[in-house]
Amino acid sequence: MAAEVQAAGRPRPLLAVEGLAKVYPTGKKALGGVDIVIDRPQLVAVIGSSGAGKSTFIRCINRLVEPTAGRVLLNGQDIVALDRKGLRAARRRIGMIFQEYNLVERLSVMQNVLSGRLGYVGLLAALRYRFPPQDIQAAFALLDRVGLAGYHDRRADALSGGQRQRVGIARALMQRPDLLLLDEPTASLDPKTSRQIMRLVRELVAERQTPAIINIHDVALARAYADRIIGMKDGLIVFDAEAGSLTEAALTQIYGEEDWSSPQEEDEDIPAGAAAMASLGMTS
Amino acid sequence: MMAATASYPRRWRAPGLFGSPGRRLAFWAVVLAYLAWSLSTLNIDTARVLAGLPRAWTILERMVPPDFSRWHLLLTGMAESIQIAIAATIAGAVFSVPLGIAAAANLSPRPLYLAARAFIVVGRTFHEVIIAIFFVKLFGFGPVAGLLTLAFSSAIFLGKMLAEDIENMKPGPVEAIRATGASFGQTFFYAVVPQVLVKTLGVLIYRLDSNLRHSTVIGIVGAGGIGQTLSASFTRYDFDFASAILLTIAAMVAFGEWFSDWARRRLR
Ligand SMILES: Nc1ncnc2c1ncn2[C@@H]1O[C@H](COP(=O)(O)OP(=O)(O)OP(=O)(O)O)[C@@H](O)[C@H]1O
Ligand SMILES: [Mg+2]
Repeated sequence: MAAEVQAAGRPRPLLAVEGLAKVYPTGKKALGGVDIVIDRPQLVAVIGSSGAGKSTFIRCINRLVEPTAGRVLLNGQDIVALDRKGLRAARRRIGMIFQEYNLVERLSVMQNVLSGRLGYVGLLAALRYRFPPQDIQAAFALLDRVGLAGYHDRRADALSGGQRQRVGIARALMQRPDLLLLDEPTASLDPKTSRQIMRLVRELVAERQTPAIINIHDVALARAYADRIIGMKDGLIVFDAEAGSLTEAALTQIYGEEDWSSPQEEDEDIPAGAAAMASLGMTS
Repeated sequence: MMAATASYPRRWRAPGLFGSPGRRLAFWAVVLAYLAWSLSTLNIDTARVLAGLPRAWTILERMVPPDFSRWHLLLTGMAESIQIAIAATIAGAVFSVPLGIAAAANLSPRPLYLAARAFIVVGRTFHEVIIAIFFVKLFGFGPVAGLLTLAFSSAIFLGKMLAEDIENMKPGPVEAIRATGASFGQTFFYAVVPQVLVKTLGVLIYRLDSNLRHSTVIGIVGAGGIGQTLSASFTRYDFDFASAILLTIAAMVAFGEWFSDWARRRLR
């Protein structure tokens, strides 16, 4: 692709994840030792069935979920080893975008976008919304960039889903992040809006030279917009290659044969009931 | 195919409250037996009830032209009650914020949470009147006891409501703000406060209204305000003055209720 970006001779990877594991208090082993290296600004899509551990993986990177073992090196610094203060400083450099947008609904668009700078201002300044002029300027510029110029005084709960997600993206970019984490950002959006958002994310990765990891269920979208695809299954990486090399065989490896047609829970004995429904004309 | 359908039952009824007719019968039998037993043990003396009725009539008769001549006494008591209510609501609100945060399971560490919840449970065990009696014993008759009583119970009530509100808020925005590297205080003011503010203000106004009502009651045990004036007038058989006080209280409570409704409607 034309927008393909090459990083010239970086001394160390932007992000290196080593042996990242998570066992939830319930005993569920959600991540079983994950290793990835991102050495240039690229859009990395993570795919895999529901429950494969995609959200756990992405949340362990900024420690919204505390990993059980492993290291997360962002520009060489291990995030897992940081204390609370260090963690807050590291989180400033990681922007996160959510499926449910997670805007503060009673606040205005501008207040939501500016909250991306909270890591850089004191409590009193934050309380009075006294952000430095360059932050306010950056917020207006970002709103323009994501296509929401003029919306700054709208309340967040008066926006459509696609618009809210754009605000979410602007909030994350306000942090001037070194890494973007996106957890199914298009799952609540219609197909057209989803593509617009994916295109925007892809452009931003190139413009700002910031790598992004995106959890996504839509394989077609991942293929179309990501540079690299990681396939997860049962808490492990089972596929990691350029987007172009995701074959049918690889998909079967990630999602499993039977997952293509039936739910992943144990199959129940439904055929007799299905026959009865058919005889009542209840199935279309 | 049709045979498969025919074998399914055609009758279905929603389960009743008691499960079976036998249990329903047993339930009503127990209720009737209890009623019979309690009526027989209460020892209702019909003669005394009948003797009380004409007395009620004379009291009502003596109340009838309400006597507003001592209006300055009435006004002082009323002003004291209102002052107690307002001051107690403000003081209670101030203390309810740390209490509410500490008692919210999703914000507060486990030991602090348990301590705060225990404090709330203990505080709610006792009715305002009982607390008022206690404070009157500690600080003597007068408005100070009343103020402390209502401030204490308001803090408990508002703290509990705030904690419940915080626990019911959406976790997403909190997580998102925390993910930007914001501190606890910043996260609280940016993600928690906007989510709970309107409802908390509504509860606060409601509490002001009910403190107005409570302040008239606790005066009866000597904790100041119009209630104390009322109780004094009853002991002196000043029934016409008492009725003037009652009318004034009713007017104030009605006004408080109207104000509370009006203010809370405007909060939306
Ligand atoms: N807080 C939690 N406590 C216990 N188990 C959890 C918790 N969160 C997730 N899990 C479990 O960990 C596993 C991985 O969950 P995760 O949310 O990471 O999956 P996912 O790949 O993001 O799924 P989806 O595509 O549905 O979002 C699942 O089996 C899930 O039930
Ligand atoms: Mg998920």
